[in-house]
Amino acid sequence: MNIRLLKDKLLSKLMLVLTLASVSLLLVIGIGLYYKSIPILQKLSWGTLLTTSVWKPLKGLFGFFPFIMGTLWVTGIAIIIALPLCLLTALYIVEYAPARIKRILTPFVNLLSGIPPVIFGVWGVLFIIPLIQDHIAPHFVEFSTGYSVLAGGIVLAVMIFPLIVSIISEVLRTIPQELKDASLSLGATKWETIKKVVLRKALPGIVAATVLAISRAFGETIAVLMVCGNNAAVPHSVFDPGYPLPALIANNYGEMLSIPMYDSALMFAALLLFIIILLFNIISRVILARLERKLAA
Amino acid sequence: MRRRKLEELFFKLLMVLATIIVAGSFFLIVGTIFYKGVPYMNLDMITKTPGGGFYIGKEGGVLNAIVGSLYVAGGATILGLLISIPVALYINMYMDGKRFLSNTLRMAFDVLFGIPSIVYGAFGFLIMIYFGIRASLLGGIIAVTLLVIPILVRTLDEVIRTVPLELRDAALSLGSTRWEMAKVVLRQIRPGIFTAILLAFGRGIGDVASVLFTAGFSDNVPTSLHEPAATLPLAIFFQLGSPVEEVQGRGYASALILTIIVLIITVLSDILIKKYSKHKI
Amino acid sequence: MTQTPHISVQHLNVHIADQHILKDINIHIPDKSVISIIGPSGCGKTTLLKSFNRLLDNTPDIKITGNVLVDKENIYAPDAEVTHIRKKMGLLSQRPYPLPMSIYDNVAYGPRIHGIRKKAELDELVETQLKATGLWNEVKDRLNASATRLSIGQQQRLCLARGLAVGPEIILGDESTSALDPVSTAIIEDLFISLKEKYTIVLVTHILRQARRVSDYIIFVYMGKIIEFGPTEEVLLNPKEELTKEYVKGYIS
Repeated sequence: MNIRLLKDKLLSKLMLVLTLASVSLLLVIGIGLYYKSIPILQKLSWGTLLTTSVWKPLKGLFGFFPFIMGTLWVTGIAIIIALPLCLLTALYIVEYAPARIKRILTPFVNLLSGIPPVIFGVWGVLFIIPLIQDHIAPHFVEFSTGYSVLAGGIVLAVMIFPLIVSIISEVLRTIPQELKDASLSLGATKWETIKKVVLRKALPGIVAATVLAISRAFGETIAVLMVCGNNAAVPHSVFDPGYPLPALIANNYGEMLSIPMYDSALMFAALLLFIIILLFNIISRVILARLERKLAA
Repeated sequence: MRRRKLEELFFKLLMVLATIIVAGSFFLIVGTIFYKGVPYMNLDMITKTPGGGFYIGKEGGVLNAIVGSLYVAGGATILGLLISIPVALYINMYMDGKRFLSNTLRMAFDVLFGIPSIVYGAFGFLIMIYFGIRASLLGGIIAVTLLVIPILVRTLDEVIRTVPLELRDAALSLGSTRWEMAKVVLRQIRPGIFTAILLAFGRGIGDVASVLFTAGFSDNVPTSLHEPAATLPLAIFFQLGSPVEEVQGRGYASALILTIIVLIITVLSDILIKKYSKHKI
Repeated sequence: MTQTPHISVQHLNVHIADQHILKDINIHIPDKSVISIIGPSGCGKTTLLKSFNRLLDNTPDIKITGNVLVDKENIYAPDAEVTHIRKKMGLLSQRPYPLPMSIYDNVAYGPRIHGIRKKAELDELVETQLKATGLWNEVKDRLNASATRLSIGQQQRLCLARGLAVGPEIILGDESTSALDPVSTAIIEDLFISLKEKYTIVLVTHILRQARRVSDYIIFVYMGKIIEFGPTEEVLLNPKEELTKEYVKGYIS
């Protein structure tokens, strides 16, 4: 008897320790990255790091502005493409699609989310780059290699499809049928009901899905790196190459150790990513948790 | 009335179109990879390690990377499970009555899930420097373990929450301790554990950014934890960057191998869920 | 009520969040008889039942004050040991919840965790309890089959056998027949009547006919308070309280 209770107690303590250890990862990562960024932060201010554009590690110049802009361009394009498509898809799957089609569609969203980033990258190189170079860019600019923020944005958009579709569908499913019935019985068409009732109710969920998708797009590394061109200049059009933060880290890690401050600069980049993504994630999770509680009540 | 009907029709058409694009993108990707990869596919690719001159187009395969990836993803999944199962049990069964705390923990793991793999890679690298570990199989496993823990915890948590409270009550009212009750619950969710394993393994095998600085790269199949290990996604990335056409082609073939592995894992998890629901209430 | 009380409840109050679920409950539950707790849904019947074996402990935001004495031992005392208390009471819930294992292992589960390892001893225990619940002849050839293969009625009897196998003194039933067909219900009711020779049985039910058929005493609970407690016939046919009268009239014509 006592042995059983003792075992229960001991195991519960062990589990507590593991739980605290794994959840404190959040803190430890932040502290670790900050600690490693201290050297560069002592030399250059946050303002200088974030707003200057000159990236010459050999001369000790670390301006992150082009990388931040590269990240914003790519993410922005991805969201602009993905959000409307995914919203329409989720509406179709939840509100319109017959059960049979629903059953066929759901696995594909699942399968898409299982494809590794590097495969998206390969696809981008093989399909999107030639498409932009030969068929899209010639209509707008004189010359483009195809490696551009547009390519990065398109690849990213496809990568975040499953995330947005699944969150928005989940939110749409929680909207009570009674509410829809009320609108329908007033003579509204199904589309009017969706427009005036469903979408309004689902708005916080859609916002949360978008914020979550943005943070996912922010951190995506390898697929973007493969198609973006990686030129450390601020992009001025969708056909310009860009150089997002994660790509910067990934591309330069091997050679950084010989140049002073370089590793600290890259860790600062990681810290920057970490902070932004942490904030965005917390915001969207809080919205989603609130929504869940409100609908449960 | 006609205008309203037309508007509905228009948007319905848009929805169908969007759905075709979203679902179709899957076929487009897999189709592209097959189309480009199949011509370069041969038995050597999966049975041989890179020979001399492999990177200028001579003979060999990517067995080193396939095995390396299986080691890294497998090791990380096992290590991750050892940590995540107790965590998920603790959140669900030892924190009853403290809903605010358990929900906060859940949210923290959700946030951890959102942290990109490049940050886990960078952090893993910091850990390795701290402990004096060089880029190796062990380093890769550590970084990928960090990456898969949130996936495992979230999935297991969700599965455990589907177990009816009455089943726990049944075990408790027979005089079980919480741990004995937890074991009953673990039995009940066995199919869910398989799903979590496959999800984590699938994510682990496909990720590049986390192993980029931690696992290193080697043309040999690693024989110890301290040797550097090649990984399939990284091999694809390197081969694609080569100017030699033959090497690029092998990159496509490697991409095909990875795609097939991941597709098998995803389909398998779907089947397992259905098959293992023997004791389902 | 000449028997010595088996369960004594003293000034039991239960709050969940800001709701007062049970209000100053005082009751003595007699030994070796069937007691039914009746009352409209949401009145606190189930909460009262679950307070007897401390299954309420896991409810979020709960506050319990007062004493529940089982065999003169206060189960809400700070040093009380929960698993030992729960072992004394078998619980039969609304729907059967067989553990995810075979028929045999379901019954053997309790004895095993309480330290019985010998195969012969377990075999005998399993057979005895399956016979006690009338299940033996139906399942003796497939003891290793998954318990979920049984019909709902059989599963509920299995759950009863599983509870009896740990040697409890008290059986708690939470609307245990509400998911069953009439035949299975009758079997379970008969089991309750025959089991009261050895056990104290406390049932929550909303079926007054059932309460009348099986129980010796009835507790009528309304809005978290005990309104009336007495022998079955008295409470149902000749209630003292106005509330009981109304409740009983609404159901029995």
